[in-house]
Amino acid sequence: MSAITRDEVAHLARLSRLALADTELDHYAAQLDVIIGAVARVAEVATDDIPPSSHALPLTNVYRPDEVRRCLTPEQALAAAPAVQDSRFRVPRILGEEA
Amino acid sequence: MTTTNTVMPYDEALARFEPVIGLETHVELGTASKMFCGCPTSFGAPPNTHVCPVCLALPGALPVANDKAIESTIRIGLALNCTIAEWCRFARKNYFYPDMPKNYQISQYDEPLCTNGYLDVEVDGRTVRIEIERVHLEEDTGKSTHMGGATGRIQGADYSIVDYNRAGIPLVEIVTKPVEGTDRLAPEVAKAYVTELRELMRSLGVSDVRMEEGSLRCDVNVSLMPRGTTAWGTRTETKNVNSLRSVERAVHGEIERQAAILAEGGRIIQETRHFHEDTGATTPGRSKEEAQDYRYFPEPDLLPIAPTPEWVEELRSELPEPPTVRRRRLQAEWGVSDLDMAAMHNADAFTLVEATVTAGVPAADARKWWMGELARRANESGTALADLPITPEQIARVVALVASGALNDKLARQVLEGVLAGEGSPDEVVEARGLRIVSDEGELSSIIDQVLTANADAADKVRSGKIAAVGALVGGVMKASRGKADAGRARELILERLGVSE
Ligand SMILES: [Zn+2]
Repeated sequence: MSAITRDEVAHLARLSRLALADTELDHYAAQLDVIIGAVARVAEVATDDIPPSSHALPLTNVYRPDEVRRCLTPEQALAAAPAVQDSRFRVPRILGEEA
Repeated sequence: MTTTNTVMPYDEALARFEPVIGLETHVELGTASKMFCGCPTSFGAPPNTHVCPVCLALPGALPVANDKAIESTIRIGLALNCTIAEWCRFARKNYFYPDMPKNYQISQYDEPLCTNGYLDVEVDGRTVRIEIERVHLEEDTGKSTHMGGATGRIQGADYSIVDYNRAGIPLVEIVTKPVEGTDRLAPEVAKAYVTELRELMRSLGVSDVRMEEGSLRCDVNVSLMPRGTTAWGTRTETKNVNSLRSVERAVHGEIERQAAILAEGGRIIQETRHFHEDTGATTPGRSKEEAQDYRYFPEPDLLPIAPTPEWVEELRSELPEPPTVRRRRLQAEWGVSDLDMAAMHNADAFTLVEATVTAGVPAADARKWWMGELARRANESGTALADLPITPEQIARVVALVASGALNDKLARQVLEGVLAGEGSPDEVVEARGLRIVSDEGELSSIIDQVLTANADAADKVRSGKIAAVGALVGGVMKASRGKADAGRARELILERLGVSE
């Protein structure tokens, strides 16, 4: 039996604001099933004496120099915004009215 | 929700309860570029002009940490006597709010870069040690403006608009341990701590620490416990405290408010409160009774920070003289009393006086002008001393003009007034307003003639040996010249004219 249902994939897609076609839902459901299976295998061997790892590469201290680079123009920055006002990103109401 | 607005007078509140305070301070670092991208950090740019794919969280963009920000944080930690972590990571703080386009803020969680330090502050002649719990590095958020509501607040707004210029600016969070035993000095201790912290940041050169521009922001925690007990009460966290005076007022006000609730048998709600600069009152914000789960986890896009001990020691050896030590040294050099030092510190004039002395002004003069005329003008216009539109170099020029005899104190005050009014440099103001002392002997002589004629009685008294009466005549000359005469020279000439010698 698969670890994730087609409905759950549809729900995840909605949460991620991704519009997926029916064929894509099947496609990703199968892929996610494999991924979840892989994670489950790792979980089986991960016992308390194995420290959790956060990074796959044995690197530290990767920094950039404090230098200014060119930015986007406001037009570029706002190009994909669903709504714009006064050169700012316009977003829906954040909180409802409080008593 | 407890909605009582009553307060208990401070003295009564302190007689019954003991405060415990804590401070969380955010300092925006003065790096050239943002924490994880190359966008500039300068204040006041048009909206969304300092943004790029990284700080806008466009798909595929990856952050890289700014080395100067890491270095500055370690220097702050060292200056606060902290232990520097040998290995630590950034963490994602997940929350759903549009001030961060990623839907998370890159911060540090259980592995802060610096831990367990302290900062000593002086209050009322005694030293209070404020223990530092942690210093960590994170990124600032964007700025939201709430539209359509009556108050401009998030509650009741129809929608919001967001500028991400500030999103991603390196932000250092400095958290104290709870401070006990400050008793009725709690408000002053809180203020002294933030003042000292600001001095420290300035001396390290890591931030411009301008509270009014938000590059230093302070959250104030206060709880009360009944006298004779030892268990801490529930604390509130007051945000939005944006001046040193407000830090003091916020603690004071919160003690009075909580005491009234507790005295009526009520309970304090663990919540965020908002400070209002205009009234000094706080209003309730988000309740923290149900802890928000930020689902912190190690940031996979950034590699761990592992400062080598050699680097940390190098940074430690290069730390500047601590502000307290510097103040003591300068106090000795300037020969200033403890009281005058405290007055300068309270007026936030110390750095200005120091810069003016560096510009070549004798310490006594530098202090006199900043604590006198300039403090008075700042007070009148309701601005901070440091924000007066005058530089230490300009004051040095005015003082030099007085020393050379070209100006007296009264004229010097008018020159300062002109500089503050934007009329140009001290020399330009002197020229435009015609403020030079009348040293032309011919002009002075004719003024003296007029004054002697108009004050024949006083002139006679002086002639008959009552030299004290000359004061009135000199005063007349000063008045007739509208303050521009050299009073000492006028006195000499009057006595000479009247054939009297001292
Ligand atoms: Zn950027």
